[in-house]
Amino acid sequence: MGDLSSAPIPSVGPEDHVRGEGEEGLIVYADLGCPQCAGAWGRLSERSGRLVFRHFPVKSKRPRSPALHAAAEAAGKQGRFFEMVDSLYADRGRVDDPHLWERAERFGLDLDRFEVDRRAEATQERIKRDFQSGIRAGVAGTPAVFDACTLVAVREREF
Amino acid sequence: MIAVGEQAPDFTLRDQDGEKVSLADYRGRKVLLVFYPGDFSPVCGDQLSIYQEVKPEIEAKGVELVGISVDSFFAHKAFQEKLGIDTRLLSDFEPKGEVARAYDSYVEKMGFANRTLVLVDEDGKVAWTHEADNPGEIPGANLIFDALA
Repeated sequence: MGDLSSAPIPSVGPEDHVRGEGEEGLIVYADLGCPQCAGAWGRLSERSGRLVFRHFPVKSKRPRSPALHAAAEAAGKQGRFFEMVDSLYADRGRVDDPHLWERAERFGLDLDRFEVDRRAEATQERIKRDFQSGIRAGVAGTPAVFDACTLVAVREREF
Repeated sequence: MIAVGEQAPDFTLRDQDGEKVSLADYRGRKVLLVFYPGDFSPVCGDQLSIYQEVKPEIEAKGVELVGISVDSFFAHKAFQEKLGIDTRLLSDFEPKGEVARAYDSYVEKMGFANRTLVLVDEDGKVAWTHEADNPGEIPGANLIFDALA
């Protein structure tokens, strides 16, 4: 069990999924099953500069989310992380296993390796590390967008 | 808000299955009371979902998690099922908000409790509290772990 007490989000490191260039940019904790994240992802991706994706699947609310994050992580092992993320957000109605295999084939992935990687314990641990870093930083809903270590955007609601 | 060190007011409420639950039932164990505005509000859904994700870690620290709102226990059952959570939800329904008032969490003008966390220790005393600035703000789960450190 990891320590879940308060801590700033980790700085961007070699393990992170980074899109774009630059030393500065946004870090988003997102759930691949979350419709609000899908909308935000489209807008964030249109910005210039660096964008970092961190996993924050809320499995009780969206039971399919862990499988989607694992698929993205497995695609990332073959250099296609953001293609998978973009595709999952763009077509949220097709997220069952056959749809994931179809995407993997479309992206030119080795399907056998994809299947092994998305079920690997190391993949689950990698996703969990992101999730726990979000919890420690006080992420309590998705998407949560940080600029450096400062939370700059969450969904605002009355109650 | 109720003060740390005070005896936590006892109560008996029905849970999502209609079972009567008293705070005294938890004597000898720690319990975290999570007062929240109401079932099916989007923020409450996010709050309880996030807490559900870290519930094993909370329980590993010897603490049981219990939600309380002014909704009926029938609504609690439906809300629990919608969220896919197994956190026990207590119905502070009639007299409406009586327990929330006893813990000074009730917001009269809104007719429901604010987001208030109250950790009750093994002796039934208040060990820690946190109240959100407003009902739209979710206390992060990290605050719970800070309190339990």
